[in-house]
Amino acid sequence: MKPAPFQYLKARSLEEALAAKAALGDDARFLAGGQSLIPTMNFRMAQPTALVDLNGLTGLAGIAEQPDGTIGIGALARHRDVERSAVIARWQPMLVEAVREVAHPQIRARGTLCGNLAHADPMSELPAVMLALGARLTAQSVSGQRMIAAQDFFRGVFTTALSAEEMLVHVAVPPLQAGTGTCFLELARRKGDYAMAGVAAVVTLDDRRLCRSARLAYCAAGETPVLAEPAAGLLVGAVIDADSAAAVGTAAAEVLAPTGDVQAGADYKRHLAAVLTKRALLAAADRARGA
Amino acid sequence: MDSLYTLTTTVNGRIHTRVVEPRMLLSDFLREDLALTGTHVGCEHGVCGACTVLVDGVAVRSCLMFAPQVDGCAVETVEGLAPGPDRLSLLQEAFRETHALQCGFCTPGILMTIKAFLAETPDPSETEIRETLGGTLCRCTGYQAIVAAVTLAAARLRTQGASP
Ligand SMILES: Cc1cc2nc3c(=O)[nH]c(=O)nc-3n(C[C@H](O)[C@H](O)[C@H](O)COP(=O)(O)OP(=O)(O)OC[C@H]3O[C@@H](n4cnc5c(N)ncnc54)[C@H](O)[C@@H]3O)c2cc1C
Ligand code: FES
Ligand code: FES
Repeated sequence: MKPAPFQYLKARSLEEALAAKAALGDDARFLAGGQSLIPTMNFRMAQPTALVDLNGLTGLAGIAEQPDGTIGIGALARHRDVERSAVIARWQPMLVEAVREVAHPQIRARGTLCGNLAHADPMSELPAVMLALGARLTAQSVSGQRMIAAQDFFRGVFTTALSAEEMLVHVAVPPLQAGTGTCFLELARRKGDYAMAGVAAVVTLDDRRLCRSARLAYCAAGETPVLAEPAAGLLVGAVIDADSAAAVGTAAAEVLAPTGDVQAGADYKRHLAAVLTKRALLAAADRARGA
Repeated sequence: MDSLYTLTTTVNGRIHTRVVEPRMLLSDFLREDLALTGTHVGCEHGVCGACTVLVDGVAVRSCLMFAPQVDGCAVETVEGLAPGPDRLSLLQEAFRETHALQCGFCTPGILMTIKAFLAETPDPSETEIRETLGGTLCRCTGYQAIVAAVTLAAARLRTQGASP
Protein backbone atom coordinates (compact mmCIF):
# COMPACT_ATOMS: atom_id res chain seq x y z
CA MET A 1 0.00 0.00 0.00
CA LYS A 2 1.39 3.33 -1.02
CA PRO A 3 0.08 5.95 1.41
CA ALA A 4 1.24 5.77 5.03
CA PRO A 5 -1.44 4.63 7.51
CA PHE A 6 -3.90 7.21 8.79
CA GLN A 7 -7.06 7.38 10.85
CA TYR A 8 -10.12 7.95 8.69
CA LEU A 9 -13.29 9.78 9.60
CA LYS A 10 -16.17 10.23 7.20
CA ALA A 11 -17.70 13.43 8.56
CA ARG A 12 -21.50 13.44 8.78
CA SER A 13 -21.86 17.14 9.54
CA LEU A 14 -19.81 20.32 9.25
CA GLU A 15 -19.72 20.56 13.04
CA GLU A 16 -18.37 17.03 13.32
CA ALA A 17 -15.69 17.75 10.70
CA LEU A 18 -14.56 20.94 12.45
CA ALA A 19 -14.54 19.32 15.89
CA ALA A 20 -12.57 16.36 14.58
CA LYS A 21 -10.01 18.62 12.91
CA ALA A 22 -9.57 20.61 16.12
CA ALA A 23 -9.17 17.44 18.17
CA LEU A 24 -6.84 15.63 15.77
CA GLY A 25 -4.35 18.46 15.48
CA ASP A 26 -2.08 19.89 12.82
CA ASP A 27 -1.12 16.57 11.26
CA ALA A 28 -4.71 15.75 10.34
CA ARG A 29 -6.07 16.99 7.01
CA PHE A 30 -9.42 17.60 5.44
CA LEU A 31 -10.02 15.36 2.41
CA ALA A 32 -12.05 17.16 -0.27
CA GLY A 33 -11.60 16.01 -3.91
CA GLY A 34 -8.29 14.41 -3.01
CA GLN A 35 -6.88 15.36 -6.41
CA SER A 36 -3.93 17.23 -4.91
CA LEU A 37 -3.69 15.51 -1.53
CA ILE A 38 -3.82 11.85 -2.60
CA PRO A 39 -1.02 12.15 -5.21
CA THR A 40 1.30 13.53 -2.54
CA MET A 41 0.21 10.79 -0.12
CA ASN A 42 0.83 8.12 -2.75
CA PHE A 43 4.43 9.33 -2.93
CA ARG A 44 4.53 9.75 0.87
CA MET A 45 5.48 13.37 0.46
CA ALA A 46 2.45 13.98 2.70
CA GLN A 47 1.83 11.60 5.61
CA PRO A 48 -1.18 12.98 7.46
CA THR A 49 -1.98 11.10 10.67
CA ALA A 50 -5.72 11.41 10.04
CA LEU A 51 -8.10 12.36 7.24
CA VAL A 52 -11.44 14.03 7.84
CA ASP A 53 -13.38 13.16 4.68
CA LEU A 54 -15.75 15.96 3.63
CA ASN A 55 -17.33 14.08 0.72
CA GLY A 56 -20.45 13.12 2.66
CA LEU A 57 -21.30 16.78 3.36
CA THR A 58 -23.45 17.19 0.28
CA GLY A 59 -25.17 20.16 1.90
CA LEU A 60 -21.93 22.07 1.26
CA ALA A 61 -21.96 21.35 -2.49
CA GLY A 62 -24.28 24.19 -3.42
CA ILE A 63 -23.77 26.99 -5.93
CA ALA A 64 -26.35 29.72 -5.41
CA GLU A 65 -27.12 33.26 -6.50
CA GLN A 66 -27.85 35.62 -3.62
CA PRO A 67 -30.34 38.52 -3.90
CA ASP A 68 -27.57 41.09 -4.48
CA GLY A 69 -26.11 39.04 -7.35
CA THR A 70 -23.26 37.53 -5.34
CA ILE A 71 -22.61 33.91 -6.24
CA GLY A 72 -21.95 31.64 -3.29
CA ILE A 73 -19.99 28.44 -3.81
CA GLY A 74 -19.82 25.80 -1.07
CA ALA A 75 -16.85 23.73 0.11
CA LEU A 76 -17.90 20.60 -1.72
CA ALA A 77 -18.77 22.17 -5.11
CA ARG A 78 -16.57 20.30 -7.55
CA HIS A 79 -14.80 21.74 -10.60
CA ARG A 80 -17.33 19.84 -12.70
CA ASP A 81 -20.24 21.53 -10.89
CA VAL A 82 -18.70 24.96 -11.43
CA GLU A 83 -18.11 24.14 -15.11
CA ARG A 84 -21.76 23.14 -15.57
CA SER A 85 -23.44 25.76 -13.42
CA ALA A 86 -25.93 27.86 -15.40
CA VAL A 87 -25.76 30.62 -12.78
CA ILE A 88 -21.99 30.89 -13.03
CA ALA A 89 -22.05 30.71 -16.84
CA ARG A 90 -24.52 33.58 -16.93
CA TRP A 91 -22.97 35.91 -14.34
CA GLN A 92 -19.31 34.90 -14.02
CA PRO A 93 -18.38 33.34 -17.37
CA MET A 94 -14.65 33.83 -16.69
CA LEU A 95 -14.83 31.26 -13.90
CA VAL A 96 -16.17 28.70 -16.38
CA GLU A 97 -13.45 29.64 -18.88
CA ALA A 98 -10.79 29.13 -16.23
CA VAL A 99 -12.11 25.92 -14.67
CA ARG A 100 -12.21 24.29 -18.11
CA GLU A 101 -8.42 24.73 -18.18
CA VAL A 102 -8.03 22.93 -14.84
CA ALA A 103 -6.81 19.37 -15.39
CA HIS A 104 -8.89 16.73 -17.19
CA PRO A 105 -12.58 15.82 -16.88
CA GLN A 106 -11.78 12.84 -14.61
CA ILE A 107 -9.92 15.14 -12.19
CA ARG A 108 -12.59 17.85 -12.40
CA ALA A 109 -15.20 15.24 -11.48
CA ARG A 110 -13.65 15.01 -7.99
CA GLY A 111 -11.59 18.15 -7.32
CA THR A 112 -13.30 21.05 -5.57
CA LEU A 113 -12.93 24.82 -5.96
CA CYS A 114 -12.40 25.29 -2.21
CA GLY A 115 -9.85 22.44 -2.08
CA ASN A 116 -8.02 24.06 -4.97
CA LEU A 117 -7.93 27.44 -3.20
CA ALA A 118 -6.92 25.87 0.14
CA HIS A 119 -4.13 23.99 -1.65
CA ALA A 120 -2.85 27.38 -2.92
CA ASP A 121 -0.70 26.16 -5.77
CA PRO A 122 0.53 29.36 -7.48
CA MET A 123 0.41 27.45 -10.78
CA SER A 124 -3.35 27.06 -10.42
CA GLU A 125 -5.75 29.12 -12.50
CA LEU A 126 -8.46 29.50 -9.85
CA PRO A 127 -6.65 31.57 -7.18
CA ALA A 128 -5.80 34.14 -9.88
CA VAL A 129 -9.44 34.27 -10.97
CA MET A 130 -10.54 34.80 -7.36
CA LEU A 131 -8.10 37.73 -7.06
CA ALA A 132 -9.33 39.29 -10.28
CA LEU A 133 -12.98 38.94 -9.24
CA GLY A 134 -12.38 40.19 -5.69
CA ALA A 135 -13.86 37.07 -4.09
CA ARG A 136 -14.50 36.81 -0.34
CA LEU A 137 -13.61 33.54 1.36
CA THR A 138 -15.25 32.27 4.53
CA ALA A 139 -13.15 30.27 6.97
CA GLN A 140 -14.82 28.36 9.79
CA SER A 141 -13.52 26.48 12.82
CA VAL A 142 -14.99 25.37 16.14
CA SER A 143 -14.38 28.91 17.40
CA GLY A 144 -16.44 30.59 14.67
CA GLN A 145 -16.39 32.13 11.20
CA ARG A 146 -14.33 34.86 9.60
CA MET A 147 -14.21 36.43 6.16
CA ILE A 148 -10.93 36.72 4.26
CA ALA A 149 -10.54 38.73 1.06
CA ALA A 150 -8.95 36.72 -1.77
CA GLN A 151 -6.17 39.32 -1.81
CA ASP A 152 -5.22 38.43 1.78
CA PHE A 153 -5.72 34.66 1.47
CA PHE A 154 -2.74 33.47 -0.58
CA ARG A 155 0.46 33.84 1.46
CA GLY A 156 2.99 31.69 -0.37
CA VAL A 157 3.50 28.40 -2.20
CA PHE A 158 0.89 26.01 -0.73
CA THR A 159 0.37 28.52 2.10
CA THR A 160 -2.84 30.38 2.95
CA ALA A 161 -4.27 32.54 5.71
CA LEU A 162 -6.20 29.52 7.07
CA SER A 163 -5.19 28.25 10.51
CA ALA A 164 -4.77 24.51 11.02
CA GLU A 165 -8.26 24.28 12.55
CA GLU A 166 -10.05 26.24 9.85
CA MET A 167 -11.99 24.94 6.89
CA LEU A 168 -12.67 27.04 3.82
CA VAL A 169 -16.45 26.62 3.81
CA HIS A 170 -17.66 29.16 1.27
CA VAL A 171 -16.52 31.44 -1.53
CA ALA A 172 -18.56 34.54 -2.41
CA VAL A 173 -17.99 36.04 -5.84
CA PRO A 174 -19.45 39.58 -5.95
CA PRO A 175 -21.49 40.64 -9.00
CA LEU A 176 -19.75 42.41 -11.88
CA GLN A 177 -20.53 46.12 -12.23
CA ALA A 178 -22.56 47.27 -15.25
CA GLY A 179 -20.40 47.65 -18.37
CA THR A 180 -17.95 44.94 -17.32
CA GLY A 181 -16.35 42.25 -19.47
CA THR A 182 -14.03 39.46 -18.34
CA CYS A 183 -11.66 37.01 -19.99
CA PHE A 184 -9.36 34.21 -18.83
CA LEU A 185 -6.61 33.08 -21.19
CA GLU A 186 -3.73 30.69 -20.72
CA LEU A 187 -1.19 28.82 -22.76
CA ALA A 188 -0.37 25.18 -22.00
CA ARG A 189 1.29 22.65 -24.26
CA ARG A 190 -1.59 20.25 -23.82
CA LYS A 191 -5.19 20.85 -22.76
CA GLY A 192 -5.43 20.21 -19.02
CA ASP A 193 -1.77 20.80 -18.21
CA TYR A 194 -0.69 23.53 -15.85
CA ALA A 195 -0.19 26.73 -17.82
CA MET A 196 3.13 28.28 -18.84
CA ALA A 197 1.35 31.61 -18.41
CA GLY A 198 -2.23 32.58 -17.60
CA VAL A 199 -4.15 35.80 -17.01
CA ALA A 200 -7.57 36.78 -15.68
CA ALA A 201 -8.75 40.18 -16.94
CA VAL A 202 -11.71 42.24 -15.70
CA VAL A 203 -12.52 45.49 -17.53
CA THR A 204 -15.27 48.02 -16.79
CA LEU A 205 -16.08 50.72 -19.37
CA ASP A 206 -17.87 54.02 -18.77
CA ASP A 207 -20.65 55.32 -21.03
CA ARG A 208 -18.08 56.87 -23.37
CA ARG A 209 -16.49 53.41 -23.62
CA LEU A 210 -13.34 54.53 -21.87
CA CYS A 211 -11.84 52.28 -19.24
CA ARG A 212 -13.32 53.02 -15.83
CA SER A 213 -11.40 50.26 -14.03
CA ALA A 214 -9.34 47.20 -14.85
CA ARG A 215 -7.99 44.25 -12.87
CA LEU A 216 -5.38 41.76 -14.03
CA ALA A 217 -4.34 38.65 -12.09
CA TYR A 218 -1.83 35.99 -13.08
CA CYS A 219 -1.13 32.35 -12.33
CA ALA A 220 2.29 30.74 -12.84
CA ALA A 221 3.85 34.10 -12.07
CA GLY A 222 5.61 33.66 -8.71
CA GLU A 223 5.04 32.24 -5.24
CA THR A 224 1.44 33.42 -5.08
CA PRO A 225 -1.09 34.48 -7.68
CA VAL A 226 -0.20 38.04 -8.68
CA LEU A 227 -2.55 41.02 -8.91
CA ALA A 228 -0.88 43.54 -11.25
CA GLU A 229 -2.54 46.72 -9.95
CA PRO A 230 -0.18 49.45 -11.21
CA ALA A 231 -0.13 48.00 -14.73
CA ALA A 232 -3.92 47.64 -14.86
CA GLY A 233 -4.21 51.20 -13.50
CA LEU A 234 -2.50 52.53 -16.63
CA LEU A 235 -5.70 51.80 -18.55
CA VAL A 236 -8.01 53.97 -16.45
CA GLY A 237 -9.50 56.75 -18.58
CA ALA A 238 -8.00 55.29 -21.77
CA VAL A 239 -9.48 53.68 -24.85
CA ILE A 240 -8.75 49.96 -24.74
CA ASP A 241 -7.23 49.19 -28.12
CA ALA A 242 -4.35 47.09 -29.43
CA ASP A 243 -1.73 49.71 -28.47
CA SER A 244 -2.92 50.45 -24.94
CA ALA A 245 -3.55 46.75 -24.23
CA ALA A 246 -0.07 45.81 -25.47
CA ALA A 247 1.56 48.52 -23.34
CA VAL A 248 -0.24 47.26 -20.24
CA GLY A 249 0.79 43.69 -21.08
CA THR A 250 4.43 44.73 -21.23
CA ALA A 251 4.18 46.68 -17.97
CA ALA A 252 2.45 43.82 -16.16
CA ALA A 253 4.91 41.20 -17.37
CA GLU A 254 7.77 43.16 -15.78
CA VAL A 255 6.46 42.52 -12.27
CA LEU A 256 5.87 38.79 -12.77
CA ALA A 257 8.36 36.25 -11.44
CA PRO A 258 7.64 32.96 -13.22
CA THR A 259 10.01 30.02 -12.72
CA GLY A 260 11.75 28.65 -15.79
CA ASP A 261 11.32 24.92 -16.38
CA VAL A 262 11.80 22.31 -19.11
CA GLN A 263 8.89 23.72 -21.10
CA ALA A 264 9.89 27.37 -21.12
CA GLY A 265 12.37 29.78 -19.57
CA ALA A 266 11.27 32.61 -17.28
CA ASP A 267 11.76 35.26 -19.96
CA TYR A 268 9.67 33.37 -22.46
CA LYS A 269 6.91 32.90 -19.87
CA ARG A 270 6.97 36.64 -19.20
CA HIS A 271 6.69 37.25 -22.93
CA LEU A 272 3.70 34.88 -23.10
CA ALA A 273 2.07 36.71 -20.19
CA ALA A 274 2.41 40.02 -22.05
CA VAL A 275 0.87 38.61 -25.23
CA LEU A 276 -1.97 36.90 -23.35
CA THR A 277 -2.66 40.11 -21.40
CA LYS A 278 -3.13 42.07 -24.60
CA ARG A 279 -5.50 39.46 -26.03
CA ALA A 280 -7.44 39.07 -22.77
CA LEU A 281 -7.89 42.83 -22.36
CA LEU A 282 -9.16 43.21 -25.92
CA ALA A 283 -11.58 40.31 -25.50
CA ALA A 284 -12.80 41.59 -22.12
CA ALA A 285 -13.32 45.08 -23.57
CA ASP A 286 -15.28 43.62 -26.49
CA ARG A 287 -17.48 41.74 -24.07
CA ALA A 288 -17.92 44.87 -21.95
CA ARG A 289 -19.13 46.76 -25.04
CA GLY A 290 -21.68 44.00 -25.65
CA ALA A 291 -22.70 43.88 -21.96
CA MET B 1 -12.78 6.10 14.04
CA ASP B 2 -11.48 2.57 13.48
CA SER B 3 -8.33 1.44 11.78
CA LEU B 4 -10.36 -0.84 9.52
CA TYR B 5 -13.35 0.10 7.38
CA THR B 6 -16.15 -2.18 6.21
CA LEU B 7 -17.46 -1.17 2.82
CA THR B 8 -20.18 -2.42 0.53
CA THR B 9 -19.99 -1.50 -3.11
CA THR B 10 -21.52 -2.70 -6.36
CA VAL B 11 -18.90 -3.42 -9.00
CA ASN B 12 -20.13 -4.23 -12.50
CA GLY B 13 -23.50 -5.12 -11.01
CA ARG B 14 -22.17 -7.45 -8.27
CA ILE B 15 -22.34 -6.48 -4.62
CA HIS B 16 -19.14 -6.88 -2.60
CA THR B 17 -18.58 -6.34 1.13
CA ARG B 18 -14.96 -6.13 2.26
CA VAL B 19 -12.96 -4.94 5.23
CA VAL B 20 -10.10 -2.66 4.20
CA GLU B 21 -7.51 -0.35 5.65
CA PRO B 22 -8.66 3.21 4.86
CA ARG B 23 -5.44 3.85 2.95
CA MET B 24 -6.35 1.18 0.38
CA LEU B 25 -6.62 2.99 -2.97
CA LEU B 26 -9.67 2.18 -5.09
CA SER B 27 -7.32 1.00 -7.87
CA ASP B 28 -5.58 -1.48 -5.54
CA PHE B 29 -8.91 -2.56 -4.05
CA LEU B 30 -10.24 -3.45 -7.50
CA ARG B 31 -7.05 -5.22 -8.55
CA GLU B 32 -6.03 -6.96 -5.36
CA ASP B 33 -9.17 -7.53 -3.29
CA LEU B 34 -11.59 -8.12 -6.17
CA ALA B 35 -9.04 -9.56 -8.65
CA LEU B 36 -10.30 -7.17 -11.35
CA THR B 37 -6.91 -6.55 -12.91
CA GLY B 38 -8.32 -4.94 -16.05
CA THR B 39 -8.02 -1.57 -14.29
CA HIS B 40 -4.37 -0.68 -14.88
CA VAL B 41 -2.06 1.36 -12.71
CA GLY B 42 0.54 3.58 -14.32
CA CYS B 43 1.53 6.72 -12.46
CA GLU B 44 -0.59 6.81 -9.31
CA HIS B 45 -0.76 10.58 -9.38
CA GLY B 46 -3.61 11.23 -11.76
CA VAL B 47 -1.63 11.90 -14.92
CA CYS B 48 -1.79 8.78 -17.09
CA GLY B 49 -5.47 7.84 -16.87
CA ALA B 50 -4.85 4.07 -17.08
CA CYS B 51 -6.77 3.57 -13.82
CA THR B 52 -9.91 5.46 -14.91
CA VAL B 53 -13.18 3.78 -13.80
CA LEU B 54 -16.77 4.98 -13.47
CA VAL B 55 -18.16 5.76 -10.02
CA ASP B 56 -21.91 6.33 -10.14
CA GLY B 57 -21.53 6.81 -13.91
CA VAL B 58 -18.81 9.47 -13.71
CA ALA B 59 -15.25 8.82 -14.94
CA VAL B 60 -12.69 9.25 -12.13
CA ARG B 61 -9.11 8.26 -11.35
CA SER B 62 -9.24 5.15 -9.16
CA CYS B 63 -5.68 5.88 -7.96
CA LEU B 64 -6.94 9.14 -6.43
CA MET B 65 -9.75 7.72 -4.32
CA PHE B 66 -9.63 5.59 -1.19
CA ALA B 67 -11.69 2.41 -1.22
CA PRO B 68 -13.96 3.54 1.68
CA GLN B 69 -15.03 6.44 -0.52
CA VAL B 70 -16.98 4.09 -2.81
CA ASP B 71 -18.96 2.64 0.10
CA GLY B 72 -22.55 2.63 -1.20
CA CYS B 73 -21.53 3.55 -4.76
CA ALA B 74 -21.77 1.72 -8.08
CA VAL B 75 -18.40 1.17 -9.75
CA GLU B 76 -17.92 0.12 -13.38
CA THR B 77 -14.63 -1.24 -14.68
CA VAL B 78 -13.51 -2.46 -18.09
CA GLU B 79 -14.57 -5.99 -17.12
CA GLY B 80 -18.17 -4.78 -17.11
CA LEU B 81 -18.20 -3.55 -20.70
CA ALA B 82 -18.60 -6.72 -22.76
CA PRO B 83 -22.15 -8.09 -22.79
CA GLY B 84 -20.86 -11.69 -22.71
CA PRO B 85 -17.66 -13.74 -22.72
CA ASP B 86 -17.65 -14.09 -26.51
CA ARG B 87 -18.98 -10.63 -27.40
CA LEU B 88 -17.49 -7.14 -27.32
CA SER B 89 -19.36 -3.96 -26.51
CA LEU B 90 -19.94 -1.52 -29.37
CA LEU B 91 -17.09 0.67 -28.11
CA GLN B 92 -14.65 -2.22 -27.77
CA GLU B 93 -15.59 -3.44 -31.23
CA ALA B 94 -14.83 0.00 -32.70
CA PHE B 95 -11.41 -0.05 -31.01
CA ARG B 96 -10.70 -3.52 -32.45
CA GLU B 97 -11.77 -2.58 -35.96
CA THR B 98 -9.70 0.61 -36.14
CA HIS B 99 -6.59 -0.87 -34.43
CA ALA B 100 -6.92 1.64 -31.60
CA LEU B 101 -4.74 -0.43 -29.29
CA GLN B 102 -1.35 -2.07 -29.47
CA CYS B 103 -0.03 -3.17 -26.05
CA GLY B 104 -3.41 -2.35 -24.51
CA PHE B 105 -2.06 -0.90 -21.27
CA CYS B 106 -3.91 2.40 -21.70
CA THR B 107 -7.03 0.84 -23.22
CA PRO B 108 -9.16 0.11 -20.11
CA GLY B 109 -8.83 3.69 -18.87
CA ILE B 110 -9.55 5.10 -22.31
CA LEU B 111 -12.61 2.87 -22.80
CA MET B 112 -14.09 3.92 -19.47
CA THR B 113 -13.32 7.59 -20.15
CA ILE B 114 -14.96 7.41 -23.56
CA LYS B 115 -17.97 5.48 -22.29
CA ALA B 116 -18.81 8.36 -19.94
CA PHE B 117 -17.89 10.95 -22.58
CA LEU B 118 -20.18 9.51 -25.29
CA ALA B 119 -23.06 9.18 -22.84
CA GLU B 120 -22.88 12.96 -22.34
CA THR B 121 -21.62 14.00 -25.78
CA PRO B 122 -23.30 11.80 -28.39
CA ASP B 123 -22.14 13.91 -31.34
CA PRO B 124 -18.63 15.04 -30.43
CA SER B 125 -16.37 17.20 -32.59
CA GLU B 126 -12.86 15.98 -33.27
CA THR B 127 -11.52 18.70 -30.96
CA GLU B 128 -13.75 17.48 -28.13
CA ILE B 129 -12.56 13.92 -28.70
CA ARG B 130 -8.90 14.98 -28.69
CA GLU B 131 -9.31 17.12 -25.58
CA THR B 132 -10.95 14.23 -23.75
CA LEU B 133 -8.21 11.82 -24.83
CA GLY B 134 -5.71 14.41 -23.55
CA GLY B 135 -6.48 13.10 -20.07
CA THR B 136 -5.09 9.66 -20.91
CA LEU B 137 -1.61 8.71 -22.09
CA CYS B 138 -0.95 6.11 -24.81
CA ARG B 139 2.68 5.25 -25.54
CA CYS B 140 1.96 3.04 -28.57
CA THR B 141 -0.69 4.17 -31.01
CA GLY B 142 -0.01 7.84 -31.65
CA TYR B 143 -3.71 8.48 -30.86
CA GLN B 144 -4.91 8.79 -34.49
CA ALA B 145 -6.51 5.35 -34.44
CA ILE B 146 -8.10 6.05 -31.05
CA VAL B 147 -9.70 9.22 -32.43
CA ALA B 148 -10.97 7.13 -35.36
CA ALA B 149 -12.38 4.51 -32.96
CA VAL B 150 -14.25 7.08 -30.90
CA THR B 151 -15.62 8.73 -34.05
CA LEU B 152 -16.80 5.36 -35.37
CA ALA B 153 -18.35 4.35 -32.05
CA ALA B 154 -20.15 7.70 -31.75
CA ALA B 155 -21.61 7.35 -35.26
CA ARG B 156 -22.80 3.80 -34.58
CA LEU B 157 -24.31 4.76 -31.25
CA ARG B 158 -26.25 7.56 -32.91
CA THR B 159 -27.69 5.31 -35.61
CA GLN B 160 -28.31 2.30 -33.36
CA GLY B 161 -29.29 4.11 -30.17
CA ALA B 162 -27.37 1.43 -28.25
CA SER B 163 -25.27 1.83 -25.09
CA PRO B 164 -21.49 2.27 -25.31
C1 LIG C 1 -3.24 15.20 -13.20
C2 LIG C 1 -3.69 16.44 -12.48
C3 LIG C 1 -3.68 17.65 -13.15
C4 LIG C 1 -4.08 18.81 -12.50
N1 LIG C 1 -4.06 19.98 -13.21
C5 LIG C 1 -4.46 21.11 -12.61
C6 LIG C 1 -4.47 22.35 -13.31
O1 LIG C 1 -4.14 22.42 -14.51
N2 LIG C 1 -4.84 23.45 -12.64
C7 LIG C 1 -5.23 23.41 -11.33
O2 LIG C 1 -5.58 24.44 -10.78
N3 LIG C 1 -5.26 22.27 -10.65
C8 LIG C 1 -4.87 21.12 -11.24
N4 LIG C 1 -4.90 19.95 -10.53
C9 LIG C 1 -5.30 19.99 -9.09
C10 LIG C 1 -6.83 19.97 -8.93
O3 LIG C 1 -7.39 21.19 -9.34
C11 LIG C 1 -7.26 19.71 -7.48
O4 LIG C 1 -8.60 19.36 -7.54
C12 LIG C 1 -7.15 20.86 -6.51
O5 LIG C 1 -5.88 21.46 -6.54
C13 LIG C 1 -7.38 20.43 -5.08
O6 LIG C 1 -8.74 20.28 -4.82
P1 LIG C 1 -9.29 18.99 -4.10
O7 LIG C 1 -10.72 19.24 -3.81
O8 LIG C 1 -8.95 17.81 -4.91
O9 LIG C 1 -8.48 19.04 -2.73
P2 LIG C 1 -7.71 17.92 -1.88
O10 LIG C 1 -6.69 17.24 -2.70
O11 LIG C 1 -8.71 17.07 -1.16
O12 LIG C 1 -7.02 18.85 -0.81
C14 LIG C 1 -5.92 19.69 -1.12
C15 LIG C 1 -5.43 20.35 0.17
O13 LIG C 1 -6.37 21.31 0.64
C16 LIG C 1 -6.90 20.94 1.92
N5 LIG C 1 -8.35 21.22 1.83
C17 LIG C 1 -9.22 20.70 0.93
N6 LIG C 1 -10.44 21.27 1.07
C18 LIG C 1 -10.31 22.17 2.09
C19 LIG C 1 -11.21 23.08 2.71
N7 LIG C 1 -12.48 23.20 2.28
N8 LIG C 1 -10.76 23.86 3.71
C20 LIG C 1 -9.46 23.77 4.13
N9 LIG C 1 -8.57 22.92 3.58
C21 LIG C 1 -8.99 22.14 2.58
C22 LIG C 1 -6.57 19.48 2.09
O14 LIG C 1 -6.44 19.14 3.45
C23 LIG C 1 -5.25 19.37 1.34
O15 LIG C 1 -4.20 19.82 2.14
C24 LIG C 1 -4.51 18.77 -11.14
C25 LIG C 1 -4.53 17.55 -10.46
C26 LIG C 1 -4.12 16.39 -11.11
C27 LIG C 1 -4.14 15.09 -10.37
S1 FES D 1 -2.53 5.37 -12.35
FE1 FES D 1 -4.18 6.67 -11.96
S2 FES D 1 -3.91 8.24 -13.39
FE2 FES D 1 -2.08 7.05 -13.65
S1 FES E 1 -1.81 0.78 -26.63
FE1 FES E 1 0.07 0.70 -25.53
S2 FES E 1 -0.13 2.41 -24.22
FE2 FES E 1 -1.81 2.65 -25.50
